[in-house]
Amino acid sequence: MPRFGLSIIGLVILALAVTACGDTPPPSSTAPGSSADATDAPDPTSGESAAPTDAPSGEGRLATVQDRGQLICGVNGSLPGFSFIDENGDTVGFDADFCRAVAAAVLGDSEAVEFRALSADQRGPALQTGEVDVLIRNTTWTVSRDTSWGIFAPTTFYDGQAIMVNTTQTDATSLAELDGATVCVQSGTTTELNLADAFRLANIELGEPAVFPEIDPTYQAYEENRCDAVTSDRSQLVARRTGFENPDDHIILDDVLSKEPLGPVVPIGDDQWFNVVKWVVFATIEAEEQGIDSTNVEETASSSENPIVQRFLGVTPEGSDPFESGLGLDADWVVDVIGQVGNYAEIYDRNLGPGTPFDLERGLNSLWSDGGLLYAPPYR
Amino acid sequence: MTAESIRPPRTVIGPIAWLRENLFSGPISSIITIVLGALLVWVAIQVGQWALTEARWNVVSNNLRLFLIGQYPADQAWRLWAAMAVLSVLAGASAGVHGLASRMLAVTLSAIQLLLAVLMLFSPIGITAVAAYAFNAAIVWVAMVAGFRGLVPRRPLGWAWIVSLPLTFYLVSGFAGTPLESISSNVWGGLLLTVLLAVVGIVLSFPLGVILALGRRSELPVLRILSTGYIELIRGVPLVTILFMADIILPLFLPGEWRLDRIARAMGGITLFSAAYVAENVRGGLQAIPSGQIEAAHALGLGGVQTNRYIVLPQALRAVIPANVGLFISLLKDTTLVTIIGLLELLGISRAVLAQSDSFGASLEVYVFIAAVFFVLSYAMSQASYRLERALGVGTR
Repeated sequence: MPRFGLSIIGLVILALAVTACGDTPPPSSTAPGSSADATDAPDPTSGESAAPTDAPSGEGRLATVQDRGQLICGVNGSLPGFSFIDENGDTVGFDADFCRAVAAAVLGDSEAVEFRALSADQRGPALQTGEVDVLIRNTTWTVSRDTSWGIFAPTTFYDGQAIMVNTTQTDATSLAELDGATVCVQSGTTTELNLADAFRLANIELGEPAVFPEIDPTYQAYEENRCDAVTSDRSQLVARRTGFENPDDHIILDDVLSKEPLGPVVPIGDDQWFNVVKWVVFATIEAEEQGIDSTNVEETASSSENPIVQRFLGVTPEGSDPFESGLGLDADWVVDVIGQVGNYAEIYDRNLGPGTPFDLERGLNSLWSDGGLLYAPPYR
Repeated sequence: MTAESIRPPRTVIGPIAWLRENLFSGPISSIITIVLGALLVWVAIQVGQWALTEARWNVVSNNLRLFLIGQYPADQAWRLWAAMAVLSVLAGASAGVHGLASRMLAVTLSAIQLLLAVLMLFSPIGITAVAAYAFNAAIVWVAMVAGFRGLVPRRPLGWAWIVSLPLTFYLVSGFAGTPLESISSNVWGGLLLTVLLAVVGIVLSFPLGVILALGRRSELPVLRILSTGYIELIRGVPLVTILFMADIILPLFLPGEWRLDRIARAMGGITLFSAAYVAENVRGGLQAIPSGQIEAAHALGLGGVQTNRYIVLPQALRAVIPANVGLFISLLKDTTLVTIIGLLELLGISRAVLAQSDSFGASLEVYVFIAAVFFVLSYAMSQASYRLERALGVGTR
């Protein structure tokens, strides 16, 4: 009977699928398993299984990624400007570029990344099970996430929740004047909770609730004047405003409803890997500070006499000992990162800056020397 | 008699009579007809105006490749064409040899591929893909004629189907170290992933469901209790929960070196879920078989397996075709739930597409498009099932 034949084939296929796919993400070292344990209360048995992780280089996730030849990077996958899929099928955006930067540092190839789209609920477990090597998914750094999900590398993007109003509809210029206003907001997000908190703090009443499960309807309702204001992360408000019919009619209020520092997260329990990701972020910042970008990095490496730059780019001046960063990467890893992906300013401008529909001001995301918060410790 | 007197009275049959009978049979009926008619026309004009002038269909056409195959590498897309070609030839040949239900399958396969080819004409995918799908649509008919003429032997055709499944799988996913490089399931997406999830779910859940249904009616207490427990447990839990379990909780229990592919996990979740419902459908069919038939089979000396194999199952399965097809259509649509575990099937990829800055605010266009895709697939499935019912004589025997 064909049906019985089918069933047997089906089982064979499932077996094939399981074994074939099992090859794709090769078995990782003991690190993932032990990091999952680390989220629970520490007990003696998990300490034992975690032992190999603490061993010197050659054991941890850095070695795993290098053996695999590919970095598995958890991203959002559908967030404008940060990570989304372009018409060619490539995952692009600000977060995606930092994935590429880590791949360039670790593997010397910025394209050796497997992007894994994760939903908001999946990202914590994906880190805890070690399914992703690094999570760069517009994840806000909070204390509970830092202690239970994974360790946060330096913030790559300082965002904050803000409110946008339509000037043809309301005269409000600050949060305090929005008493009784209807605010469009996406449901089930911290944004919704922050909004309620802010209104309570300002001692004013929220008007009729206007919550939407998805992003698009939220902004459509706002554009159709079904609410007086809309709230979201400032970067999203700016991005969406560019798509409005009359962008100049809308202003974003100066009030900051919340701090939203977004950055990469790595699984708990692998200090060496954490250091690698941390210093990749710092390297992009340091490169901007030193004026090194993708166009001049090769030239700077060969011609610069500045000892700080030479050390940074892994150049050993004649007659001196080579500088040892201890990260476990090639000496010239920074050249790969900057040459293939670019420094912080290039990554920012490519995805969010002028020339993109977002045209976001750098603001807090400027170098410390320009009044921003980006500050890389010395590379020595 | 004159010619006039033979003509049927216009007021009894014909379109005008039909209108009068059904739409304008009295003043109230007339008013309702006019009001509803006006409303319908107004809605049609509004929708038509939006679809023809306002809608930004270029969001769909520019991203058509993403909708169809997700991030599957473009330079490897020929492997999908090849896989479709294999299926087209087999479906066509089967239709020629067996006719009836398989003819519907072949015609549907041809029509869908032709539709794809036409859609691709409006997208930047390229003329090669258009030609490939048009070719596939044509070879269905060539194979059908060949089968009809008796040029295709029956028995090897059955084996060819069996070989085609692993072959198709190999074409799509490849295998490291062989001529076809391995393509990570991470990049499978769009319609490709939707169809894969649905087909694997249907093909695997059906036998599993039959086994569970037989187990539930078994006289062995262990089998009966286990089957009943499984069915009731799964039916008491929403699919979303099962998908979450498969994707998030399962890896927490597995040892660190164990890595199940996430698509295999989703397929497993869908299959296990669907099997419980298939089991209940099949049980309905099993219970419809009069016990006299089973007793007669026993009296003839048939054992338990033989009774089920030759007497009970053929009748029971035929009786539950409509119910099972309904279940499989809803399974096809349920595959969109895997979006919540981050898989980029048709719905997931459309959310990714909507994040492109060029697509802001085009969600209506995108959702209308994927609704149309699901309608075409579901409608084809229900039509195929009608044909199958008629071929097997459900309801007439």
